[in-house]
Amino acid sequence: MSDNSRRDFLFKGLLASASLVGCAEKKNPFDSEENFQLTGEKVKLLSVTGEVIEIDKAYLKPVPDMPPISNEEERRGIPGKKFVMVIDLARCKNLKKCQSACNHMHQLHPGQSWIKVLSMEDSDHTAPYWQPTTCMHCDEPPCVKVCPVDATFKRQDGIVLIDSDRCIGCRFCMAACPYSTRVFNWEEPILTEEVAQKHYSCESSMPQKKGTVGKCDFCPDMTRRGELPHCVSSCPNGVFLFGDMNEDSVTNGAETFRFSELIKDKAGYRLMEDLGTKPSVYYLPPVNRNFPFEEGLENAKPETTE
Amino acid sequence: MENSNELSDSIITQNLLPKKFGKRGMLWTSILVAICILGMYAYYRQLRYGLVVTNMRDYVSWGIYISNFVFFVAISLVGSLITAIFRLINVEWSTPLTRIAEIIAVSAITFASIIIVVDMGRPERFMNLFLHGRIQSPIMWDVIVIGTYFFISLLLLYIPLLPDLKILLQQKDKNPNWLNKLYSFLGSFWIGSRLQIALSNRAIQILCILIIPVAFCIHTVTSWLFATTYRPGWDSTNFGAYFISGAFLVGSGGVVVAMYIFRRYYQLEKYITEQHFEKMGKIVVLLCLIYLYFNVNEYLVPAFKMKKAEEKHLNELFTGDFSTMFWFAVIIGMIIPIITLIFKKGRKPFPMFIIGSMIVVGAWFKRYLIVTPTLLNPFLPMQDIPESYKHYFPSWEEWAIAMGSLAGVLLFITFFARIFPIIPIQETITEENAKHK
Repeated sequence: MSDNSRRDFLFKGLLASASLVGCAEKKNPFDSEENFQLTGEKVKLLSVTGEVIEIDKAYLKPVPDMPPISNEEERRGIPGKKFVMVIDLARCKNLKKCQSACNHMHQLHPGQSWIKVLSMEDSDHTAPYWQPTTCMHCDEPPCVKVCPVDATFKRQDGIVLIDSDRCIGCRFCMAACPYSTRVFNWEEPILTEEVAQKHYSCESSMPQKKGTVGKCDFCPDMTRRGELPHCVSSCPNGVFLFGDMNEDSVTNGAETFRFSELIKDKAGYRLMEDLGTKPSVYYLPPVNRNFPFEEGLENAKPETTE
Repeated sequence: MENSNELSDSIITQNLLPKKFGKRGMLWTSILVAICILGMYAYYRQLRYGLVVTNMRDYVSWGIYISNFVFFVAISLVGSLITAIFRLINVEWSTPLTRIAEIIAVSAITFASIIIVVDMGRPERFMNLFLHGRIQSPIMWDVIVIGTYFFISLLLLYIPLLPDLKILLQQKDKNPNWLNKLYSFLGSFWIGSRLQIALSNRAIQILCILIIPVAFCIHTVTSWLFATTYRPGWDSTNFGAYFISGAFLVGSGGVVVAMYIFRRYYQLEKYITEQHFEKMGKIVVLLCLIYLYFNVNEYLVPAFKMKKAEEKHLNELFTGDFSTMFWFAVIIGMIIPIITLIFKKGRKPFPMFIIGSMIVVGAWFKRYLIVTPTLLNPFLPMQDIPESYKHYFPSWEEWAIAMGSLAGVLLFITFFARIFPIIPIQETITEENAKHK
């Protein structure tokens, strides 16, 4: 632990105890028993030494909301990982479950979304297809290059994140991103009370903050817990495959593939390769499709099917 | 001989001293103040509710604030042209125009910085630029060069002002008390000794050389805010030169307009002569032709190839939604000025004033056309978004703030001309005397 982060830790601990003293005049469990109202209701707990103990319910207090990991750690990323996503266009029928799950879990502003399912047709006589589009988490991210304050950054595990506590809202990254993946909190975000009171974390990207940029974050808060991003787990057709390039495996929860073989067999490609942005999202071409393109039209708003 | 010179000295001084606002001056100033206040109210609303009060959305994430910023940076370049470049190449007739050019430069660059803060989603985090600044971002380059340019321009405005402050302080009885206080705060140390004059000449010489590369930097870097991205319409190696040529043009147009207004309002016909308009006219037509040349490069070359990404953008400019504005900007900003100014009659003061205004207005729309249409033509289709995200027309708050900043620049210049002589008195006297000898 560097000197700096230790100081940071001590400072935060100090702050936490200060807030405890500050906010709980009557309910403070560390107060002497005279001014403490016992409820008489007992709760069984396991002590650190392994004994079952019983205490009054009044002594229970919620764990103060502390960030699970420091901002520096969030900026560094998960060691030894290189996250990658594969999107199988042959399986997509524009259900938009990915989008609604993502919007719901991140409490995005109505109308805005981090995932868009685009109706693509490369030219007049080529086949139309549905293309879910997330942040590409480029290895040469144009957004990171232009950010003047290091508010958007590339981590060692390949994820490009935004620190909404630092973002100044200049929107240069939005202009720089060729995939138009970034959205802006034009007004105070509409959040549930629970989320609004949470400590901000770059990994969960929550709570969103007014006047700052947001985008798909590959859900590092989920991956840290060993779970899949919301879009991956919510897709009933298994369109999204997520994994670690170092382990050479990707999964949609039900099936697991060797990443290199999957890309080789199905001729995977990345978007706008010619720009040199080196995305971490690979697409499998829409061949031998599970659904005809037209099936997705039901779910498309009239103006989105041009 | 001595006598006649002394007489003309005092006449020059009398003619050029700053004058109180007349009725028209008061009306002009109050209109500008009113626009500024409206702009401030709009900004208060923006601070309170967020950038949602603008009509910018996720696709058009930069709107008229940014085009206004580019416009201000552009017009401020004229300070370096008229003060520095003309001085270094010994253009003597430019003396009465230097201060006009320099005050336009200082006030425009000031409001460029203000409008860029207005565009920020979190202006209260401005200090992050210094706490967490990263030198690889073109925004940081802009912060550095604009800061430098501001200070050099301010010095180039201030140092030549010192001898005039001495003249102003000699007429203490004519000035209100607060002005005398201001004058002596700014220039009471100036006695006009030979050493001071030598020092100030040396300083001006150094600043004139310094400001030219800095001026080129500010507008090149500003063009790179766009050119360092991949977007059709911005992804161009032509951008730096294209922006700088346009900047010199709009700045000169602005100076011509200011020349005409000050000349009329302060009866400066003896100092800003028809000769000045004639010569500025020739310079403006040259700058117009250069700008036209870069425009041809900017649009014809991609239009010849019509790459897929460029195609939609160019079609929108040439024949689509933005075509009226595009051709309007080209015709009134370049074509008509070129045709008018190649004729001697076109370089008379009044036609020059009209042409200058057309250039400035055309240039403002040109900046709008550089920013907005590109953002409406992203690589991936605009789908899955609310209908309002697919168009852009500024909200009243944006107009109020943009117009408020323009009014602010004019107000700055107006107050400056009220407080200080807009034509350098001492330099004019020195030049007159040199002529008589």
